[in-house]
Amino acid sequence: MNAYKQIIVDGLWKNNPGLVQLLGLCPLLAVTNTVINGLGLGLATILTLVASNGIISLLRNQIPDEARLPVFVMIIASIVTIIELSMNAWFHELYLILGIFIPLIVTNCSIIGRAEAFAARNSVGPALLDGLMMGLGFAAVLLLLGAMRELLGQGTLFSQAYLMFGEGARGLTITVIEDYRGFLMALLPPGAFIGLGLIVALKNSIDIRLAKREPKASVVEVETPAAG
Amino acid sequence: MKDLQKHIIRVGLLLGLFAIVATTLVAFTEENTREQIKENQRQALLDGINALIPHDEYDNAILQDTLLLPPTEALGTEEPTLVYRARQNGEPVAVVMTVVAPDGYSGTIKMLVGIYHSGKLAGVRVIDHKETPGLGDKIDVKKDDWILQFEGLSLGNPPASKWKVKKDGGEFDQFTGATITPRAVVGAVKQSLEYFRKHRDELFAVTEEAK
Repeated sequence: MNAYKQIIVDGLWKNNPGLVQLLGLCPLLAVTNTVINGLGLGLATILTLVASNGIISLLRNQIPDEARLPVFVMIIASIVTIIELSMNAWFHELYLILGIFIPLIVTNCSIIGRAEAFAARNSVGPALLDGLMMGLGFAAVLLLLGAMRELLGQGTLFSQAYLMFGEGARGLTITVIEDYRGFLMALLPPGAFIGLGLIVALKNSIDIRLAKREPKASVVEVETPAAG
Repeated sequence: MKDLQKHIIRVGLLLGLFAIVATTLVAFTEENTREQIKENQRQALLDGINALIPHDEYDNAILQDTLLLPPTEALGTEEPTLVYRARQNGEPVAVVMTVVAPDGYSGTIKMLVGIYHSGKLAGVRVIDHKETPGLGDKIDVKKDDWILQFEGLSLGNPPASKWKVKKDGGEFDQFTGATITPRAVVGAVKQSLEYFRKHRDELFAVTEEAK
């Protein structure tokens, strides 16, 4: 069971796609200006990651090694298109909410990253778990960054929650700072980069502190982020 | 060498096979969802019409009283669209037209524009767009009140030179971080008003089917 625990720790913390692999930055930076937007992209990403990891793991013995990348791209693009069409047809309410996020997922290279690094080398169970955990780890970063930027940018949390949870959720919006005049930069792309940088720094400093407390782990692992 | 050739052919064939299967699956899904998606869009259209023209202002069957408009450059439409006509006691009240802004930030923005017989806007609603979440998507009435400001405006109010976003010297607010989207919407609404002014009588003309 240790392997499963490893997958969970990797996805949520140690190898978090948003903070360590720094994959999927394009959608991550683009939509995290509110908590609710972050949540929408997070849910859509989890769904796609689990589906693509599962299917690629199932087919891993059929996919020729030399041509695996184009095959992954085809599989992922097909999955995303099929999810989008099906949601538009049968879950139209949900589509109206999440629909705009789904095309953004195609640009998320953490999906193909997981296909290549994990799903193509592992059996279905671990691959599905890896998809779920990587998705959750990514969603957590989206939510945190969304909360930071929304709070700094417009002084609220959970604004437009009714888009996701219906009219009953109108009261969910928390105005943290009354009469806040707004801090535009937090909502614009520079705010996204700076915010993400701060979160990465925070994660690294926690890691370093943890490593100091446990002298057994002698080397502080400095993982080099891949581009993406 | 023979082996290598065989191997390359095998990989190529497998790649082709994957392409065929993937395309088939997408085509199959498209085939099976097309009708339902159309139906969903029609429902959205009905809701949109009802939001633009209050039900007590007309007494005809607005969904039957339609005019098929060929693709029209001034309205940005690339396929035939239906114009819905509202009448009270046979007198024309308003039309609801489909208008497409071709120059959104990410593709076209499809809208319903309601115009009263007098040339006054009954209102505008965006029914389909792909603008950036959190920035350009404020044109959607579910996310922001911005689109409601068109209600009651006409070509003279504000004057034609002011039918622009503020950044271009006009009257309409742009969004923080997004100018292109509102610019596209304002431009398309203005164009549709001009089109209406030129073609009002044709738009209200009673067609054979509608009689």
